[in-house]
Amino acid sequence: MLRFIVRRLIQVVPTLLLLSILLFAWLRSLPGGPAAALLGDKATPEKIAQLNTVLGLDQPVPVQYFRFLGRAVTGDFGNSLITGEPVTTEIARALPATIELSIAALLLAVVLGIPLGYVAARYRGRPLDTTTVIATLVGVAVPVFFLGYLLKQFFAVDLGWFPPSGRQAVDIDATHVTGFAVLDGLLTREFDASWDALVHLVLPAVALATIPLAVIVRITRASVLDVMGSDFVRTANSKGLAPGTVRQRHVLRNALLPVSTTIGLQTGLLLAGAVLTEKVFVWGGLGTLLAQAIERRDYPRLQAVVLLGALVYVLVNLLVDLSYAIIDPRVRVR
Amino acid sequence: MSSALLEVEDLRVAFTRRGEPDTVAVDGVSFDVEPGEIVGLVGESGCGKSVTSLAVMRLLPERGNRVTGSIRMDGEDLLALSDSAMRERRGRDLSMIFQDPLSSLNPVIPVGLQVTEVLTRHRGMRKDAARREAAELLDRVGIPDPTRRLDSYPHQMSGGMRQRALIAIALACTPRLLIADEPTTALDVTIQAQILDLLEQLVAETGTALVMITHDLGVVAGLCDRVNVLYAGRIVERADRHELFRQPRHPYTHGLLGSIPRLDGPPGVDLAAIRGSVNDNLPWAAPEGGACAFAPRCPRALDVCAEVAPAAERAGTRLLRCHNPVPVTEGAA
Repeated sequence: MLRFIVRRLIQVVPTLLLLSILLFAWLRSLPGGPAAALLGDKATPEKIAQLNTVLGLDQPVPVQYFRFLGRAVTGDFGNSLITGEPVTTEIARALPATIELSIAALLLAVVLGIPLGYVAARYRGRPLDTTTVIATLVGVAVPVFFLGYLLKQFFAVDLGWFPPSGRQAVDIDATHVTGFAVLDGLLTREFDASWDALVHLVLPAVALATIPLAVIVRITRASVLDVMGSDFVRTANSKGLAPGTVRQRHVLRNALLPVSTTIGLQTGLLLAGAVLTEKVFVWGGLGTLLAQAIERRDYPRLQAVVLLGALVYVLVNLLVDLSYAIIDPRVRVR
Repeated sequence: MSSALLEVEDLRVAFTRRGEPDTVAVDGVSFDVEPGEIVGLVGESGCGKSVTSLAVMRLLPERGNRVTGSIRMDGEDLLALSDSAMRERRGRDLSMIFQDPLSSLNPVIPVGLQVTEVLTRHRGMRKDAARREAAELLDRVGIPDPTRRLDSYPHQMSGGMRQRALIAIALACTPRLLIADEPTTALDVTIQAQILDLLEQLVAETGTALVMITHDLGVVAGLCDRVNVLYAGRIVERADRHELFRQPRHPYTHGLLGSIPRLDGPPGVDLAAIRGSVNDNLPWAAPEGGACAFAPRCPRALDVCAEVAPAAERAGTRLLRCHNPVPVTEGAA
């Protein structure tokens, strides 16, 4: 097990290297550049060239890359072209917000998705199932930002049940320990702050959870149906076992295998959804940093955020593989 | 016939689909099984033998089929039982083993639990007692090192070993009826013989009656007391094993036996084949199909065969459903 983990972690290195090369090349082949974006209307070719020299962007791309790499291995990803701050500082500040949002969304998707998918499979073909299937189809198809604005308009603006944006009300004087607003409130016993953060979390989490929720429901439903028709479930029934035993011991455990893969893949995709959700709800996390960086061609920040996303994706899928080894005895990790 | 353990009478299984005519898979099948007897159900793929056995176990899908007729065990109609009453009997009074031993075992839980769960369910055993009993059962079906094997997963066992484990599960509560649906089809030839020997020995020891479902006449010849030959959802011929092999009367049975290579047969003579396949014509899909289903493939078909389905005729222990059976002298081998 340990050797498997170490080997998989070592594999992360070439993955990230390759990605960084591609990323570097892609960014620099985009029209426009940080200089033009920074100078805006005042951009003249001379000024752009001047700024490029200052930023080191006049060097050949391979030279730029090796400079970047040389600093990156020491943990220095450069300074943001927008704020002038080290991007690692920026990321460290924004990361808890995004993690908090992602965990909330993922919890929602898993905790609701698996039971819903299971129930839909059990009542296959009945109205409950048909409704669920149609709803998940809508859930997958509806764009996140559209849903976000819809939720915001209805539940925040019209009904006033939830705050329309931000992570915490401005008038709440919360002490921050970890940067996770809900957790901080609990740690410092400022429960009103914790509650306020939780209320702020609801709408963005629902918006972000919609697609993974719909996907998890569909996969769970399909997987349960598949397992219910399998030979070993027939064997279990031929033993005269109670229906509950058949369901828990024989159906559910086997059905969860594909679901765990899906959860991993969806976790990786959360960052993409977070960009849009954070934009709608003015969340101030990684997504916001990323969106800004794309608009302003902030190469250092873009590079750091995208590589971090890739790292998370790889690690989450390593966790999924490990969970496989726990659920399925046929998978032996070596 | 009042001594029969299992009496299947006029069993009909139709698969239904909205907007489509029913597909009749089993069309008026009747047979019985005496206590301790080994009865064969023989036929090619699609003749309805597996559906018959699943109907007896009441393991057909809950929806999309219609089962009529009666299936009596000890005089009690299984089709009339409530679901929970049927679950009480399944695994205890009657049990079943299936064709593919790998897919028939749950891949993610140890074999031991798959044996003990039937013991805790029907014999009210506690966990450790059930475990000891399970080890004994595995030992009885010839699995070496049974206590250690309890913790093995199905994928860690060989095909023959898995089928032995399934037999142990099926016989755990010494049921009076065991249905074996092609239990050796997925196994190597040498393992097949071992499994058949084991089954024969175990049912003899426990007095369990065995319904052997197979397409393999070799299996029937070695094992069964009585044989039912199915074609297209109907029993076309039934006889004692020796009688059937010595003197097949139905052209289908005759054709099946004629297609088996024999060591003592004349050299250079082609094996007889039955032309076509059961799927070529599906007159039995129409419930009122007034024809013999085998007629389109039958070398002895008469005009009447395409018009009137032959009625079952009994002569001694033999049942025959044919307008133009193979004459007695011609069929003698």
